[in-house]
Amino acid sequence: MEKILEVTNLKKTFYKNKTPFTAVNEISFTLNRGECLGLVGESGCGKSTTAKMITRLLEPDSGSIRLDGEEILGQKGKKKKELYTKMQMIFQIPQDSFDPRCTLGDGIMESMRNHGMKRKDARKRMYELLELAELDKSFVSRYPHEVSGGQCQRAAIARALAVDPRILICDEATSALDVTIQAQIMDLLSRLQRDRGLSILLICHDLALVQKLCQRVLVMYKGSIIETGMTDEVIRHPREEYTKSLIDSVF
Amino acid sequence: MEEKKITVRKQKIKKDYTKIKLAVYGALTLLLILVAVFAPYITPYDPYEQDLGNALLAPCREYLLGTDRYGRDMLSRVIMGARSSISSAVLLVVIITVAGSIVGILCGYCQGKLDSFLMRLSDIFLAFPGMVFAIAAASVMSGGIMNAVAALAFISWPKYARIARSQVLTIKNAPYISAARLAGSGTGKIILKHIVPNIAGPVIVTAVLDIGTMMMEIAGLSFLGLGATPPTAEWGSMMSNGRSMLQTSPWVILAPGCAIFLTVMVFNLLGDTVRDILDPRQSRRNRS
Repeated sequence: MEKILEVTNLKKTFYKNKTPFTAVNEISFTLNRGECLGLVGESGCGKSTTAKMITRLLEPDSGSIRLDGEEILGQKGKKKKELYTKMQMIFQIPQDSFDPRCTLGDGIMESMRNHGMKRKDARKRMYELLELAELDKSFVSRYPHEVSGGQCQRAAIARALAVDPRILICDEATSALDVTIQAQIMDLLSRLQRDRGLSILLICHDLALVQKLCQRVLVMYKGSIIETGMTDEVIRHPREEYTKSLIDSVF
Repeated sequence: MEEKKITVRKQKIKKDYTKIKLAVYGALTLLLILVAVFAPYITPYDPYEQDLGNALLAPCREYLLGTDRYGRDMLSRVIMGARSSISSAVLLVVIITVAGSIVGILCGYCQGKLDSFLMRLSDIFLAFPGMVFAIAAASVMSGGIMNAVAALAFISWPKYARIARSQVLTIKNAPYISAARLAGSGTGKIILKHIVPNIAGPVIVTAVLDIGTMMMEIAGLSFLGLGATPPTAEWGSMMSNGRSMLQTSPWVILAPGCAIFLTVMVFNLLGDTVRDILDPRQSRRNRS
């Protein structure tokens, strides 16, 4: 299989009162084209930090991230902007990921406008995207606080797909939603993945969800990846003690 | 069922009340501004024409607020004074709001050394007694109302820098800023489109509430003879002129004094109402 994203020896240390805390410790993994890769682990194990480093919201201390064989760390300006047409992210709390002073429609169109699309074209494409995300047209003029979490997350998916990315990073994209909505959003994501050949990095702490969607899974614990493998295999025969406790904790 | 109905009605009344308040205070503010703008056309007499024969007349039908010691009509002078007092206070607030916010946003967004430097600088300014500094600065720069405004602006911006900075710090790491960056927005666009609108509420509220305070500070400087220069009609300097005659002809000091009182009160009430609308959380906290 073709590698689309290759992360090697990624490391990030935070300093609080000069005491170092290694959030992500030399992790390496690859994401294949058209694959859904799960990244599981408890809160604070460095999952979100990893997501932020891959999307260049946070600079790692060392390591490399290759997208299609091209190093993306250190890219600036135009190059960095271009990166965001290939890679998008969906955030944990949907309402927080939209500017409270902008309508959902403006939020969805922002990326298209930034990449030089005309207002008229962007508007047209936005309606297509809303349809794709199974949202009514009336949501265009609503503000984030006026819609439910599930609807907002659909809008966030529409926004992420606006630039037609090849990689989608879902940082706990469903953990703030209730169970039925969670299932709907996951169905939507897996459908999109199949139809568009998206590569998804699914960051999650819910193993059941990961088992449903992901072919492969990475288990992260205290900043390191301690176990990787096919999802069913890992869940049936966990090698590490921590993975076992993670599986046991699923109700 | 019965109870539910009652609560719904209560909320409705409360909400409408805020709107009525905004309408009333907004109208009063507008009236004050209109008076200031059209001052030369509505004064019954020339506010600068001296008529020593009619000096220190008590309020009567001809001179509604009496005359001062040069025989100038107090009503005309109070109306004319609205112009310099209100315009200089508004100008001052606009200057410090814009300048302070720019500094604050820069500090909050960039952090690092620039932030530390500018914030320590603002600490120094905040540690200084404002009026004392303004007196010193205004006296070095010589009189004139614009110099008073400059002196007060110089000492007052840190408050806004602090507010803007703290607001920026709270929203800087919000997911929607990250989302904007992922949408390919540059720093400039993020600041203008996402940060400024989201921090504007508390800044505007402070600014409107500050108009009254600044008006009093300017009047205070003028009272000390460091603001408006005679014969300019300005409420602070008019009060200063009348202070020796408080017992014999109190209208000379009371007329501009009441004008300051009313104007500051109107601006403060307007500020309170604006806060109720823009920043409902804060007012709810105060009420409960």
